[in-house]
Amino acid sequence: MIIVFALFLLSLLVVTALAIVRTENLFVAVMLTSIFSLLMAANFFILDAADVALTEAAVGAGVTTVIFLGALALTAEREKYAAGGGRVAVVVVAILAALIIYATFDKPRLGDPDAPVHQHLAPWYLEKTPELVDIPNVVTAVLGSFRGYDTLGEVFVVFVACIGVLFILGVQPEHKLPPTASISAGLKHHLIPQVVGRLLIPFIILFGLYVQFHGEYGPGGGFQAGALIATGIILYALLEGEEEALRAIPRSVLMGLVIGGACLYGGVGLLCILLGGNFLDYSVLAADPVTGQQVGILLIEAGVGMAVCGALLSIFHAFAARTIRP
Amino acid sequence: MSLLELLGYFNYWVFAIVLSIGLYTVIAKVNLVKKLIGLSIFQSAVFLMYITMDKVEGGTAPIIQKGMENQVFSNPLPQVLILTAIVVGVSTLALGLAIVVRINESYGTIEEDEILDAD
Repeated sequence: MIIVFALFLLSLLVVTALAIVRTENLFVAVMLTSIFSLLMAANFFILDAADVALTEAAVGAGVTTVIFLGALALTAEREKYAAGGGRVAVVVVAILAALIIYATFDKPRLGDPDAPVHQHLAPWYLEKTPELVDIPNVVTAVLGSFRGYDTLGEVFVVFVACIGVLFILGVQPEHKLPPTASISAGLKHHLIPQVVGRLLIPFIILFGLYVQFHGEYGPGGGFQAGALIATGIILYALLEGEEEALRAIPRSVLMGLVIGGACLYGGVGLLCILLGGNFLDYSVLAADPVTGQQVGILLIEAGVGMAVCGALLSIFHAFAARTIRP
Repeated sequence: MSLLELLGYFNYWVFAIVLSIGLYTVIAKVNLVKKLIGLSIFQSAVFLMYITMDKVEGGTAPIIQKGMENQVFSNPLPQVLILTAIVVGVSTLALGLAIVVRINESYGTIEEDEILDAD
């Protein structure tokens, strides 16, 4: 039964992707991208990747769509002409697809337990996590502890991208904000979004905090929590207007979150060196190495959550605050 | 090869097709926002391939429950790689869109050929 459902979802995925390419209306394309992400999240869930599904649903279907819409509001809503590179592009891409499909016959089939990818590192992680880190969610253990360097790098990429967006789009000083434009007034005069939104926002943020602090035991962690909390606050900004959201959480606090999150992660790593361990080797953080690992993961997940939440919100405000210039 | 065995490759075929659709959008469309949408479709296809590889038959999400013996878990490693890649993906996408917004302010258009003509 689940196989039929998976086939259905995958087919819908292809149909949605085709529709995105064919439509000339960019607004429609962005909305379809949101649906595409949601379908992708459902597929990830069927493939046992609960953490990834949560991330894709929060980031892909939520934040990405809002950022795209912010960019569309500043550019154009329609493509000028649908005509593309034409037949050559179609032929090249069709040959590529055929080659990849031909190559897939050499791949192990879906779910094959003897596939090479399941032979080397993965069993070690699954076997050693209860012994060395002792938290139930192996994904969080690998993310935070075994591959902590990797995650540190990713957090810095998010940090740098956020700074890049702020440099490119510019940040206006807070006292010189332009008079309220129609976009930033939000949905103040629409009753139904107001009522529904006000009901939803506390629960979205509460769920974000649950995902943050329950990440060791269930699907979740800093990346998902940061995106979820950012989504809740973006919803608030859409409902009440951007200025209200900035009054609730000013830009300086957002920058503090981004910088503080990245520094917290790096700081935990340096603290480990000071206590006589290796960089990001949390075992030295407490008397008992396993407890030390858990403390370390809790701290760096908090850093990741702060950095991601702050970065996504800063990016949103950068797009929302920019007015159309002739 | 039986039908069920063939269906074991279906995820990879969808990966190949969605990847190609994304690539087509990037190379054939002239609108810069559309190109970025194509890039994110391309990226999602790669995610799908990685997550497809993590599945183990009869397995479950890699969350260890105490007191349960002989559980089969899917591979946690591709999940970790893709989880972080999704968040990095949205940040870099935002950077691309910011550049597109600035291009629109300087040239008054986001159609690539018009920008090339203006230069």
